[in-house]
Amino acid sequence: MDLRDTPDEAQFRSELGAWLESNVPEALRGHRGGEARFSDDAVRDWSRALYEAGYIGLTWPKDYGGGGKPYSYQAIFLEETARAEAPQHLGVIGLGMAGPTIIARGTEAQKARYLQPLLSADEIWCQGFSEPDAGSDLSAVRTTARLEGSHFVVDGQKVWSSYAHIADWCILVTRSDPDSERHAGLTYLIVDMKAPGVEVRPLRQITGEAEFNEIFFSGVEVPLENVVGEVGGGWDVAMTTLLHERGTLGFALTAALEVMVGKLIELARDRGATPLQRDAVAREWIELQALRYTAYRSLSALMKTGIPGPEGSILKQQWSEAAQRVTKLALELLGPDAQLLAGNAPYGGYWQHLQLRSRGNTIEAGTSEILRNIIAERVLGLPRSR
Amino acid sequence: MDFSFAPEQEELRAQARAFLATNAEPSWEELAELGWTGVSVAEAGGGAGLGFLEEAILFEEMGRALTHAPYWSTVAVTLPALPADLQAEVARGEASWTLATGPLVPDLDTATRVAYVGGDSIWELEGAEREVLSTNDETRPLGVVSGGEAGRQLASSELLPQLRARSLTALSLEACGVGSRALELAVDYAKERHQFGKPIGTYQAISHPLATTLMELELGRSLALFAAWCIAEGDPRGAIAAASAKSLCADAAVAACERSIQVHGGIGFTWEHVLHRLYKRALWIQAWEASRAQLRSEVAAHLLDGDGG
Repeated sequence: MDLRDTPDEAQFRSELGAWLESNVPEALRGHRGGEARFSDDAVRDWSRALYEAGYIGLTWPKDYGGGGKPYSYQAIFLEETARAEAPQHLGVIGLGMAGPTIIARGTEAQKARYLQPLLSADEIWCQGFSEPDAGSDLSAVRTTARLEGSHFVVDGQKVWSSYAHIADWCILVTRSDPDSERHAGLTYLIVDMKAPGVEVRPLRQITGEAEFNEIFFSGVEVPLENVVGEVGGGWDVAMTTLLHERGTLGFALTAALEVMVGKLIELARDRGATPLQRDAVAREWIELQALRYTAYRSLSALMKTGIPGPEGSILKQQWSEAAQRVTKLALELLGPDAQLLAGNAPYGGYWQHLQLRSRGNTIEAGTSEILRNIIAERVLGLPRSR
Repeated sequence: MDFSFAPEQEELRAQARAFLATNAEPSWEELAELGWTGVSVAEAGGGAGLGFLEEAILFEEMGRALTHAPYWSTVAVTLPALPADLQAEVARGEASWTLATGPLVPDLDTATRVAYVGGDSIWELEGAEREVLSTNDETRPLGVVSGGEAGRQLASSELLPQLRARSLTALSLEACGVGSRALELAVDYAKERHQFGKPIGTYQAISHPLATTLMELELGRSLALFAAWCIAEGDPRGAIAAASAKSLCADAAVAACERSIQVHGGIGFTWEHVLHRLYKRALWIQAWEASRAQLRSEVAAHLLDGDGG
């Protein structure tokens, strides 16, 4: 056990810190989320700059344009970019979900075709998993893929798809066997979002922004070579995607929460806090430390086994509730000012936006209820509840 | 960066768990024979020359097993205050200690020697009368000392903050052990116990609070291990980490026991079941040294009043 960086890690951290210091565009600093990240060319330029400096795909195999580094480098990258309040790379879904799935389950041709443009943000990915009648129960998907000669024809509707309105590719879970039920008969496809028959409609959220979308597929042709894994084996491939979603997310979330708690402390210092509010601030800081060192433990396990464990669910679940408490506490410290928006609001409406946005944190990427099921069943070994 | 135990450390944990499962009240000599009383004592003094991380493993395992021995009061709370010859006695199993920092003193039923804080020093207390008081947790009774006189001067009282950080961290780890055992008992019971034709663990009203318990304990354990690492390495973040860990871990352990009692139903409320003993240790830990409100007020002062953050 040694929580210090190795000499190589320390060198990487200090080089990265210096690089961020001189390269994060001032206009983008502190704007990690929100709608603007989609339309702003500067965000794509920033993503490309990160790639060209060698900071994207740090842990991916070198053969596919990655850095071939241990997971600790990715953790350092996430910590330092969060501390510098640098915006995220635009290809969040590609880097966290599509890419790792293609590396684990894709053909050589798919790896050669898709991975490099994903890293450089030349191609953006979205995820087509949830449907109006298949949310937490992914096995209920009804979007169909009908085999016609050398291609599938896809019909159906997906929902809650972030980045779909700017995406080039979609990882899509379809039902390819019309007589199948639940986990059987699903096929995992890579779909060209510019293909005829794909229509994207943005959905407005409680923050007023449109970060996610509905996607409609009408007779969309997808070549057979775009199947990931086996025809009919899509469930298994989808589980690979979700494992990576939660496994590598923990560090990014913790690093982002650290920035929020830092600002919460500033706010409490600026505005003053009652004894009860001081207690609450201390509690959130303590919780953050616990999350951070849980992420370290989880990372150490990942570095030994190479596969993210179900423990990632612990981090995501506890982080999401912490984000909700921290943002509400900030609003309480702001008092009536918290009801003002944007230009009229203190700190440019930072807390107002984050507080509303945090209500999505316990829903997206596995609801808290589903994550508790996962922990109960896969970590504690309790019987299935359904 | 590596936040995991080495294979030898995992072996120590396995050895401790196996031994403590069948030896709830080991003698001090037995613990010395196992090499546990001298884990951090220098090799020249008959110890193993290891550190607080190895002791951390034993604190957690002794919490899990509700071991009735003055291990925490000797090793976590007093040992660094002892001169080398007295540390060697501890390593050999000839002496165990408890430190009187206030009117109530733990482990007077088992510890052979008593130290106390007087003026700017920590002293041995000689010839005092001991009275062990009836205590909620019978495995760690509190008592009072009266009379007696100052014996050997052991250390400067400047050592007290360090001893407190060790004590809080060790209690945090014990709490993780207590809470984990309570959770395991609840999980086992929820798998076996059938009602309405199904194991009760099938119902989310049962399984979700147990999932929450696991999450709280794992978060607490991470922080307790961080505090232990800071202490082992002399990292200045140790004091605040220890206060933070105790505030979190004691609550997690108490909640784990309460949920486990609830999941067990009537059986969990009986004197025969081990749960009430785990619960009483968790409550003891929550009460000792400083309450969560006191600990969080220390953290708040560190964050909001000083230059920290």
